[in-house]
Amino acid sequence: MTAVADTVAESAAGNRYDVAVIGAGPAGMAAAAAAAENGLHVALIEGGRQLGGQYFRHPAPGLNEPWASQLHHGWSRFETLATRVETSSRIDVLFEHQVWAVEAGFNILTDRGPIAAAHVVLATGSYERVVPFPGWDLPGVFTAGGAQALLKGNLVLPGRRVVVAGTGPLLLPVAASLSVAGAKVLGLFEANHIRGYAKHPLPLLKNPAKLLEGADFARQFLRARVPLRSGLMVVEAQGTDALEAVIVARPDGTHRRRIACDALAVGYGLAPQIDLALTLGCEHKLLTDGTVALRVDTNQRTSLPGCYAVGETAGIAGVESALVEGEIAGLAVAAGVAKSRNGSPAALRRRRDRLRAFADVLRARHPVPPAWRDHLAPDTLVCRCEEVPARAVAEAVEDLGATDARTVKLLTRAGMGWCQGRVCGYAVACLARRDPTEPPNPADLLAAAKRPLARPVPLGVLAEQDRRNK
Amino acid sequence: MSVQFTFDGHPLTAQSGQTVGGALLAAGVRSWRTTRFQGRPRGLFCGIGVCFDCLVTVNGEPNVRACLAPIADGDVVTTQAGDGRG
Amino acid sequence: MVGAACAFHLARAGCSVTVVDRGAVAGGTSGAGEGNLLVSDKEPGPELDLALRSQELWRELDAQGLGEGFEYEAKGGLVVAFTAADLSALRTFAATQRDAGVLAEEVAAERLSEFEPHLAPGVAGGFWYPQDAQVMPALAAARLLRASGAEVRLGSTVTGLAVSGGAVRGVRTTRGEIPARYVVNAAGLWSGALAELAGSRLPMQPRRGFVLVTEPLPPLIRHKVYSAAYVSDVASSDAALQSSGVVEGTPSGPVLIGASRERVGLDRTPSYDALGRLAAQAAELFPFLERVAVQRYYCGFRPYLPDHLPAIGPDAHVAGLFHAAGHEGAGIGLAPATGEMIAALVAGEKTVVDAAPFRPERFYSEEAQP
Repeated sequence: MTAVADTVAESAAGNRYDVAVIGAGPAGMAAAAAAAENGLHVALIEGGRQLGGQYFRHPAPGLNEPWASQLHHGWSRFETLATRVETSSRIDVLFEHQVWAVEAGFNILTDRGPIAAAHVVLATGSYERVVPFPGWDLPGVFTAGGAQALLKGNLVLPGRRVVVAGTGPLLLPVAASLSVAGAKVLGLFEANHIRGYAKHPLPLLKNPAKLLEGADFARQFLRARVPLRSGLMVVEAQGTDALEAVIVARPDGTHRRRIACDALAVGYGLAPQIDLALTLGCEHKLLTDGTVALRVDTNQRTSLPGCYAVGETAGIAGVESALVEGEIAGLAVAAGVAKSRNGSPAALRRRRDRLRAFADVLRARHPVPPAWRDHLAPDTLVCRCEEVPARAVAEAVEDLGATDARTVKLLTRAGMGWCQGRVCGYAVACLARRDPTEPPNPADLLAAAKRPLARPVPLGVLAEQDRRNK
Repeated sequence: MSVQFTFDGHPLTAQSGQTVGGALLAAGVRSWRTTRFQGRPRGLFCGIGVCFDCLVTVNGEPNVRACLAPIADGDVVTTQAGDGRG
Repeated sequence: MVGAACAFHLARAGCSVTVVDRGAVAGGTSGAGEGNLLVSDKEPGPELDLALRSQELWRELDAQGLGEGFEYEAKGGLVVAFTAADLSALRTFAATQRDAGVLAEEVAAERLSEFEPHLAPGVAGGFWYPQDAQVMPALAAARLLRASGAEVRLGSTVTGLAVSGGAVRGVRTTRGEIPARYVVNAAGLWSGALAELAGSRLPMQPRRGFVLVTEPLPPLIRHKVYSAAYVSDVASSDAALQSSGVVEGTPSGPVLIGASRERVGLDRTPSYDALGRLAAQAAELFPFLERVAVQRYYCGFRPYLPDHLPAIGPDAHVAGLFHAAGHEGAGIGLAPATGEMIAALVAGEKTVVDAAPFRPERFYSEEAQP
């Protein structure tokens, strides 16, 4: 049985791990298991209190509902992986360790003190991309993944009458789960026209499992009679102190329709969470959907020696490729330590490449409709934390000489609040362009992905660094 | 197993294993924070600890992320006004 | 910031002004500073004279109604000494400052809590500097530039200076040439490179500084507060890490702590030692900060010259070229008086503060001329 250590002192005993895996989602679990099975001593560092990450988020023991088991597909994959992690004597699972930075070398800085490791595998997952619209700050508006997390972790519904909207493959399972759990899903509004998949049949055909998974969801939809509409987006949320209705329309504002509801689950795709890696200096790449991901080689190595990246950090690709990439990285680290010339098995890498090709098509089919800007009102908050309205951003760009996202931030405080721009970063990068037809500047998209501290750190924890030095 | 807690003085019941945010929402509470400048209500948004919109005061400690913190028996949860440090 | 202040004063003196920047407004050091307008940390001398004049000009700008747009706060500074030895050194220092026109009032240990209720117990004593003030630097630069009415060309990189017959005729940029009788080099860190383009030189060096930013807080810290050790740090040329964090609240809520001081070139690699030092010093002053979250930090490079004084005035070799650069960590505070000085020198008028100590050619005597 794994020693689940409460403190760093207890777990590491001042010694250096062979590898520290940051994030215990599918990719991190797979990496930790593969590395440990090949003889390495592993620290699996997780901010939360359970294995599984966002995808395999599950209720705490004792919480149950009759429909709970229907929230997950392929649950046995998680059980198998969890067993591999939990039964390994070489893995220390460090729950509730918040990593705020990684020092080269590597020294993983957490709110419970530093953890030293010769290699690091970044499996920090993703967060949801959203764009502002009037009323999006009303209670009752959730990100699509947020609604899903609430349901998977708490078995609680975000509302009784729910609208699901935005773009991307996440919307389907979210609507399905809500429906399964008893919510009335009033509609799933996909902003893009999904018939576009047909233009890229090859990667799809090579991934029968993916296709089947999609078909499975479709069946559930038929059962639950959720209306699925494409080419429509939520352009406004209405309510006084909480959500009462949404306005759905075509991106150009036509075909407006009001839908009374008490919850909205909205998302425009996922963005890799790579702030730790960018601060470390790992090379990045800009993907066609405007997200920034880490550049990795065939063995999941980043540009920084000893540092690997797996799953969503290398570009949003879903759970299947996360699992494969975790295995590849775990094996590659082990091979490196053993000075073996074999990295990871070629079959795994080929499978990863097929899944990645499929993900690339999927992402390209689900861009954020640029028309979101047209629906902003002057008082629509762009930055929810610092309550910066669209009017202030426009003033910075049009009157005060802000030509990039950094200056917009300096002049308006957009992105300076608690979330450090995770929520508004993409929108600010777009709005920093005076000409709305120009795509956001790559440097501004990078700035939206980068933040010096990956989490807020109690000042006392930072001060402790200094006291240790003395 | 159920746990008892209070929200702004009102006694509420939650299921053990739920988060503060999950417990509040299950009890029909949709917001538990007012913003610093405009005093607007906020509740859960991202649900995974990224957006910090669901900050709440628990047992006197401000800026607790309701979407992550587990609810415990006897918790005193209060609406957080502004920065919560009054 | 220095460029914006020069534009403001030149335009007010009747010049038609074009401001060229390769980036955005406040894209360099100004966007990475704390906005300190300090006299308390300066020993008597030319820099203090410039700072005192600047304080007057900042107050004038505020009186004209501009201050609100950049969060001007005449909040005053409190310098505290933890030991009797520090206090005695501070007392001597303050006496010399008072002779130079600085308002400085000793505050006995038991009265410090009237100034800062959350200050750590056990402080030996302190000095109150009512002239110290604060602005939000990026907003100050942007608002001043806008108020100047100057034509602003952002995203234009200067590629060369048009010089003929030993006099400047304009600047060449990536977006065309701009004819001008006078060119003011306020390029901060890049002012050395710009001087070279004109066939001149300024031995500009960067000094790195980190600033910690906390979660938003109510106004628990009322003034600019720092330990007396800072006074000796500023004048030091030691390359090793030094810091004596100035702790201050801001109108928008977060507390700023900074900056550290390192001479490490243009290396942006985070120094967790420097961040830790700042945090420890802040906690020493205000123990309640221990449990407050630090949300971010930023890193900036302060341009400095070998004698730690800015270069303000005409270039020795190229007629019509003026320099206004090298203000190190005090550029925001010194900007208005720098702009005023440049405007007077361009017009050939007498300056309010003696310009002689800031002459750019002072570095040429040490070595061969270019």
